[in-house]
Amino acid sequence: MSAILDIAGLHKSYGPNKVLQGIDLQVRENELVFVIGPSGSGKSTLLRCCNRLEEPDGGAIRVDGTDIMAPGTDVNRLRQKIGMVFQSFNLYPHMTALGNVTLALRRVQKLARAEADAKGIAALQRVGLGEKLAAYPNELSGGQQQRVGIARALALEPRIVLFDEPTSALDPELVGGVLKVMRELKDAGMTMVVVSHEMAFARAAADRVVFMDRGAIVEQGPPAEVFGAPRHERLREFLSRLDH
Amino acid sequence: MGAWDRFVFSFFNADIAMQALPLVAKGFVVTVQLALAVIVAGTLGGLVLAMLRSFGVRPLNWLIIAFADVMRALPPLVVIILLFFALPYTGVSLGAFMATWLALTLVLCAFAEEIFWAGILAVPRGQWEAARSTGLSRLQTLAHVVLPQAVRMTVPPLTNRVIATTKGTALGSVVALSEILNQSSSAASLAGNATPLTVGAAAYLLLFLPVVILGRWVETRYAWRK
Repeated sequence: MSAILDIAGLHKSYGPNKVLQGIDLQVRENELVFVIGPSGSGKSTLLRCCNRLEEPDGGAIRVDGTDIMAPGTDVNRLRQKIGMVFQSFNLYPHMTALGNVTLALRRVQKLARAEADAKGIAALQRVGLGEKLAAYPNELSGGQQQRVGIARALALEPRIVLFDEPTSALDPELVGGVLKVMRELKDAGMTMVVVSHEMAFARAAADRVVFMDRGAIVEQGPPAEVFGAPRHERLREFLSRLDH
Repeated sequence: MGAWDRFVFSFFNADIAMQALPLVAKGFVVTVQLALAVIVAGTLGGLVLAMLRSFGVRPLNWLIIAFADVMRALPPLVVIILLFFALPYTGVSLGAFMATWLALTLVLCAFAEEIFWAGILAVPRGQWEAARSTGLSRLQTLAHVVLPQAVRMTVPPLTNRVIATTKGTALGSVVALSEILNQSSSAASLAGNATPLTVGAAAYLLLFLPVVILGRWVETRYAWRK
């Protein structure tokens, strides 16, 4: 099966600081790839290069067959295919939940209000927030806000969704609701790349776990192997620190 | 005549006030027109400059910053005098109204640009990233996501600056613009009595006090909305 996301030889530096040093990663359709690693290992930068929120310095990235770095590529159109969910939600505080979800439908896809609203309502219902259409972000809990963030990404019907530590800013009791939505997405066949520290979720839902350290992929495989029989010393060290 | 009576005669003389009223009223109309024209052009100009600045084109930003710094450093009176007295030597001649309007507009534009720019900077980076990640262009992100939040933050400082600058319409009297101050001081010389100036002061209060009160109202309204 062809890869939805195909990353080859990706490099990214901030000044002298080499954040990504030759990343190769393919994500197949319907696959959930879980990225773990110590902070500063380049996980978030990797995600942010995939929709060019960060400009890669070298290498190639193809999304659904399109070279995202090619000079003629329309980045704004391309980004419609790549949903992104942020650690700090980044909801627009001056818009309702529905407004947040429908902004790009109306302004980028140029849908009429009725059509955009219908899609927005469907997306919010999908994350269990059909009752909160008119709520502003500050009237929602963190978990609800993040689910609006997921609905905002889903409404555009992306080919892949990137999750950048989606539960790290949440109180522990709110994490479950967000993970449940992510699990349902996975079961519905969405292709996902998740950067997170929710190891139990990785064990239960991931098809593949990728361990990154110092800007490189050190080890990858099915969760049972990566967690059960880690081959690299650095991964063993990382996992043992998590246990305590 | 005692000191009090002399004071009342010189500053609160009812007959002279009545004589001066039509002149000051004419000045009032000119001041209102000038103030409105300055507020609209200066605020919009500042907004456009701040939006241009957010696109991060280096040479353009240097120009904007230089403009804002020079205009904020110069006393508005100096700008008016330059435009009115110096510009004709380059072949461009502005009337008193145009020179005052342009000078105050440039000054307000510079301050408004800085205020809007500060507001744009205060909107978290994540807002830009979220909007761009859903395919919105820079301009769309600015228009629909960033500016609505930035403008809300800029309302209190902007209101104060608008009031401060539009009061500078009185400086137009230096280039013989027949606004409130000029009309009342001519009337005062004509009458040999200071009462028209009191009428002028009342006219300023009538014009600007509502604006100040409106500013205060807007300020509190947006403060608790945050």
